[in-house]
Parts: sequence; C-alpha cells; structure tokens
Amino acid sequence: MPHQALSGLVALDLSENISGPYSTKLLADYGAEVIKIEKPPLGDSSRRAGPFPNDQPDPEKSGLFLFLNTNKKSITLNLESEGGAQIFNRLVERADILVENFRPGAMASVGLDYEVLAEINPALIMTSISYFGQWGPYRDWDGSDIIAQAMGGLMGLTGEADREPLKLPLSQAEFQAGLNAAVATLSALYFRDETGEGQHVDISLQEAVASILEASVTIYSYSGFLRGRMGSRNHLQCPSRVMPAKDRFIHVQAGANWDHFSTFLQAPQLMEPRFASILRYHYADEVERLIQPWLEKHEAGEIFATGQEWRIPFALVLGIDELIADPQYEARGFFQEVEHPLAGRLVYPGAPFRMSETPAEARRAPLLGEHNEQVYIGVLGLSKDNLTDLSEQGII
Amino acid sequence: MLSKDKQALAGLRIIDLSQIFAGPYATKLLADMGAETIRVECAARSGRGGALPRMKPGGAFGASFPDGDTGERSYNRFAYYNEVNRNKYAITLDLTKPLGVEVFKRLVRISDVVVESFTPRVMKNFGLDYPVLRETNPQIIMISLSGYGQDGPYRDYVTYGEGIEAMVGLSQLTAYPDGEPLKPGVAYADATSGLHAAFAILAALRYRRLSGKGQYIDLAMREAVTPILGEAIMDYAMNKRAAKPMGNRHPLMAPHGCYRAQGRGRKGGENEKGVGENQKEGAWIAIAISSDEEWRSFCRAMGDPLWTRDEKFASRSGRLANREELDRLIEEWTSGYDHIELMNMLQGSGIKAGAVLNIAELAHDPHLNERGFFEELSHPEAGTHRYPGISWRMSRTPGRLRLPAPCFGEHNRFIFGELLGMSDEEVSRLADEGVSASEPLPYLEA
Repeated sequence: MPHQALSGLVALDLSENISGPYSTKLLADYGAEVIKIEKPPLGDSSRRAGPFPNDQPDPEKSGLFLFLNTNKKSITLNLESEGGAQIFNRLVERADILVENFRPGAMASVGLDYEVLAEINPALIMTSISYFGQWGPYRDWDGSDIIAQAMGGLMGLTGEADREPLKLPLSQAEFQAGLNAAVATLSALYFRDETGEGQHVDISLQEAVASILEASVTIYSYSGFLRGRMGSRNHLQCPSRVMPAKDRFIHVQAGANWDHFSTFLQAPQLMEPRFASILRYHYADEVERLIQPWLEKHEAGEIFATGQEWRIPFALVLGIDELIADPQYEARGFFQEVEHPLAGRLVYPGAPFRMSETPAEARRAPLLGEHNEQVYIGVLGLSKDNLTDLSEQGII
Repeated sequence: MLSKDKQALAGLRIIDLSQIFAGPYATKLLADMGAETIRVECAARSGRGGALPRMKPGGAFGASFPDGDTGERSYNRFAYYNEVNRNKYAITLDLTKPLGVEVFKRLVRISDVVVESFTPRVMKNFGLDYPVLRETNPQIIMISLSGYGQDGPYRDYVTYGEGIEAMVGLSQLTAYPDGEPLKPGVAYADATSGLHAAFAILAALRYRRLSGKGQYIDLAMREAVTPILGEAIMDYAMNKRAAKPMGNRHPLMAPHGCYRAQGRGRKGGENEKGVGENQKEGAWIAIAISSDEEWRSFCRAMGDPLWTRDEKFASRSGRLANREELDRLIEEWTSGYDHIELMNMLQGSGIKAGAVLNIAELAHDPHLNERGFFEELSHPEAGTHRYPGISWRMSRTPGRLRLPAPCFGEHNRFIFGELLGMSDEEVSRLADEGVSASEPLPYLEA
C-alpha cells in the first residue's frame, strides 16, 4: 500500500531555478520519487541565488534552493556529453514523468526531444516549461519573471494608475508556471493510467500569467472595457483596499452586509441610499474619506479582532517577519523545521494543503550529486569504477 | 466520444459547490481537461451576483455584462462567472431542505470529487460534512477551501482573497520601493489557491487508483499562498531579515525595470470601442539584463550612446549601485519608441524585453493567437465572445472550450432525469417544493 499520495511515481527533473523545481517540489512533497538531474560542476542555478546564511554564498545553503528541492534526490549528469545522454535514456526507461525548463529546442539539440524519448518510453509524460512555449512566433525569445508578468497582462493591471506598472514581488510568473505544470502533469498522468499513453505537455509562463487575469479578457470581449491599474482598490468592490489604521496598515473590506459595516464603523453617513449597492464604487473617494477617521482612531489588531467578531472581513497587512509567530499558522503547525547537514536547522513553509490519508512530508533538499551512488549503482547497476571514470570524464 | 477529441480527465465526475473564484478556478482547470463538472447552486447563493434589475450600471461592474447591459437575466450574463465556469454543468439544489440533501447524496454516490468553499461550519450544518459523504460513498474525495483552514483560532474568520494577500505578506511586498502596500491587480490568492486545489484533487485521485481509498483535503488559502513567498521566508529564517518592497527592481539584475515608451500603434483606447478605467496609463516596456554580455548587446541595440561608456556601468555591481541613474538614462531612450516595436527590436537582439501589454493588446497578441490561446464560445444569453482558453498545450489531449458557462439551473432536467434517473414527477416536485430554484434571489452584496 502506498503511504503517500504519489508514492511509486518516478519523476526525472532536469529543470532549474523556480518554475520546474516548484512543480517537482509538489510532486516530491506528496510522495513521488523525484530525481533531480544537475549539470556538473555547478548544478541548479538556484544554488547560487541565495538568500544565504549571513550572506555567505555557498551552493549547499541557498534558501531558494533548499526550499524548492525538499524531498528530492540529486544526481549529476552532463547531457551534452555523449555518454551522458545514454545514461539519461536508461533513466527515462524507468520514469513516469520528466520535467525540463530549458529554452525550447535545447532538448532536441542534444537528441532528447519528446519524439525520441517517447520511443524509449511511450508512457512517459514529458513536461516542458518555457517563457513563451515550445512553438509560435516568440518561441525563441528570451524572458525572465518581469517579462512574463508584463507580456501576460498582469503588470499592466498592478500598481498606481498614474505611475509605472508594477510587478508582483519575487518570481510570481515562475510560480504560476510551476503550478500549471504540476496540474497539467497530473492530468496527463490520469490519462496515462487510463490508457497507457504518455504525452508532451507545453507550459508557457506568458500563458500561465494570462490565465489568471480574473475576467479582464472576458470583460473586454463583452463590452470593450479595458481594466487598468487601481492601486490597492478592487475593480468591483468598494471599499476593498489597504488603508492606514492608527498604528499600521489594514486591509478594509465591507463584506456581505453594508449596514452592519457602517454600524461597526459608527459612520451613519455611509448609510445614504447612493452608497447602498455595489454601485458605490462610483463614489469610492467619498466612501473612503468617511471611513478613514475612524480607522485612524483604532489600532489594526483591535479592528481585525473585533471586526471578525462582527463577521467583517478585515485583514492585517503583515510583513514576512510576522508570519512564523502568527497564532493561526502556529495552531495548525504550518511552518516546519527541517534539519540540513550544512545549512542547519531552519524553518520552512509547510504543506500548501492537508490530505487526511496521505500527508505531505518535509525532508531536506539534497546535496549536489548526493544520490549518484544510490541511482547509478543501485538503480542502473554501474560499478564504482564506472562512476569514477564518468566523474573523470566530466559526465557526472 | 471521437478519438480525435480525447480528454485527459474523461470519465471523472466532480460536484462543485464552491463560490466566487478560488474553487471555481480549480474546477475550471479540471473541466477544461474533460472532467464532468456539475455546479450545485441555490437561489440564495448563486455565485453569479444574484438577480439584478435591468440596467447599464457603468464602470467595471457594468462592463462585466455584454454591451454593459445586465439584460433580463443578469445572472446568466456576468463575465466573472461565465469565464471561470465554462465547460461545466449547473443544477440548483437547496441544501437547507431535507429533499435537497437527499438528492445531493444521490449525486455523491455516483461522483468522484466534491469541492466546497464555505466557511467551515456550513457543510456540517447541511449534514454533509466529510464523515457523512464518506458513508454515502467511501471512495469520495472531498476538498474544502477556506481562508484560514478547518481548525485553529481563525477558523471561523471571514475573508476574501485580498485579505489573504494581506495576511501572507504579499500586499506589503506588492509596492513601489518608496510606497505604501498595494496588492496584485487580479485575484491572485484565489487563482494560486485554485491551482493548488486542482493539484490536490489529482494527487488524491492517484492515491485512490492504487489504494481504493478516498480522503478529505483541508486547503487553507493562506497556507496555499504562503509558499510563493518561499525565498523571503527562508531569508527571514536564516538572517532574521524581513523582505522590503523592491518595486520592479531585482536583487541581482540591473537594469531591471519598467520604462516609459510610446503607444503609437496601440490597440484599444481611442482606436477602438475600448474605454477603460485609466485612459492615461501610458505605454511601457519591461527590460531585464542579467549579465555583462547582455548589457553590451543592449548598449549596441541603443546605438552605443556616449553615457553607456561610463566605467561605472561596465560591471553588474556598478550597474546595481547606480541603478537610479541608469534607469533614468534608459528611459530617456525608450520613451522615444513604440513599446511593441521596441520589444520586437530588442528581442531580435537577444535582449530580455517585453511590452507591458494592456488587455486589448493581450487579446490581439500574435503569439498567443498563433498558439490558439483564446477561444470563441457562443452563450445563449451572453452572445458569442472570446475567452482565455486552455492554460497549457498537451500533445494527445489538448482540451478545448466545449461548453459555454451554464445558465442558472440549466441542467436540472438533464442531471436529475438522465443522470439520477428521476421521473418527471420527481423532477417537478423538486421545483414545486423550491428545492431546485429556477432563478436566484434578487441581488444582495457578495
């Protein structure tokens, strides 16, 4: 009996940085055996990205790498060497899933495109992630997270109307692509389990971003209306924005009952008929002006706690430093301590969802090439001498 | 089913009780892949904004209806609902009535997955929490999406996606370097939670295939959104350093930002029927330079102006240290060009550059259209329009927009009659007793 949801699945992970590794992190955290294949001698680029403890770069201590590669194995292999591709093909024979995020055409240039791999293993699911997808006019364009956020339509909707468009922090297009890759891969797996047929999945960061624009494109086709940037305001609901309370910012939202909200804020002027419906967004400036004085007299923590007793959906605008000690995360044990031989014991974000029968597990990320012997000798049956030769030839 | 139209998730049946955006986004992804997804709605909570009087309310809300007109049945014409509920069926059942609960259980017996996004006490109040559903169908997979999770001190707290964005630190970091906390311009927490939920469902299905067991999944939106801030959380864990907003800057790349350009050839705006929230938004281009080699290519593309020869810009560390000046000089150059032409020119020189596409430009983007990203659907009450299509390409089971979003109660007769085998009398009785409504209650907030 499998003990985790994805136990028994073998995924080869050629991807690096964020998009591919987040998709395989999800697979690994929920039980798949993920073999990360890193190019010698440096390995995954996220090993060099940091953050590092005390800002001292060390490829085994990059916070981004440690977080994205929990529960995975690492082997080193140079696919550009001839022996490397042969060894890779032997792994493909045994794999269910392959994830890669090279530039389109890179796999073909080393003779490892989907058509070739499908002959070796027709049931293989190969998931390719790139900025613009495996075909189309922009296929060979170069990208980065900010480019995908710009060309996916997200950046034009974020930020203040009278300032430059604003990207979401860190690498959100990469995460969206990773999530799409994870869902698409398991959809393909469902089909394979039904029919025995593998397939090639093509994930584009631009499309991953363009898929989450709420109804912006549909609204445009319905009425020609172009949504724009609104700062922290919401396109439909008023009020719904970040506002200053006495001591710090709070997210203000009225919720389902406007009279209730007006009463809570001791602001009878808000009960004017013209503010009574959703159409009060036409008077957003006035509505916010009526709310602001009360907010400034009360501390955010008090507004949040008392507001929730009234079932008004206030929320605190928290900083990253306030998450780990937060009572709700703590009560649910969300953050997980993970021990690593070089980086030490650190707190990591935990499982994104809880499964009653098959919970996620949190084992540390691998050292570069840590599982070479286990995979090459234990699985492929090479000898120690073979390994030494391969290492000297720069293949592993 | 035609063999040329294979669906990855054919044969899977999902009951979707979820509201607003996060849950419906999860089931959209699965319905797009061919899962038979049945939305269960009721008059009080249609998930469609309720019944509005006929009007042209203007603004973004008005624009959410075809031609700005709420029409006779606003609830069948609402863009937010229609985009995310395509490829699904819809029935109506009042789960506060015993007969509604009984019919729901009959549906659970022949289904694989139940998705719900009520606050934690609601399903129990219906008498339809997981222990009950498991008794009804031991193989059922049930997922609950909530803001804060099914237990803990915030369990009963109310929130929308934007509150979650605030509570995970995303709003604080979505800001200009000198500015106040803003937030993503779209329902980011909802979409991110929906994607995790779809993954969770498929993982549980894989386990069920091998073990024969169903299970319960507790997805707290706040927990599903936290991992996307992973590297900032690791920095805090390692160095007790709390990330600060960086705007469009990057810790390791310079130049890296968003620069003013011309929007000469721009679609939408004055050139088309498009009227938007912000007619002064301007035209912009994002540029990211990650290496000295890319920097030299970029200088060549700009025609090697004199200032680029300044020593302080020659190395990455120098460019990072002087990025404000650098950004100003680059913007002087970009502001003379059309953003789309500039993107084409810079990409032609191997530079990472992307025009900030507005929604009209996105809808007309030649690359997305070549890839068939947008698809047209005819909806009986909303008309024929283009929608964002399948989120990815699959070689064997591509998926497509097969069905427009369902009208309220559209499939009552089909699901109750054909699928559950109820007689015409039984189906009529559901309607007569108000268990299956034919229209939502008049509009109430949320």
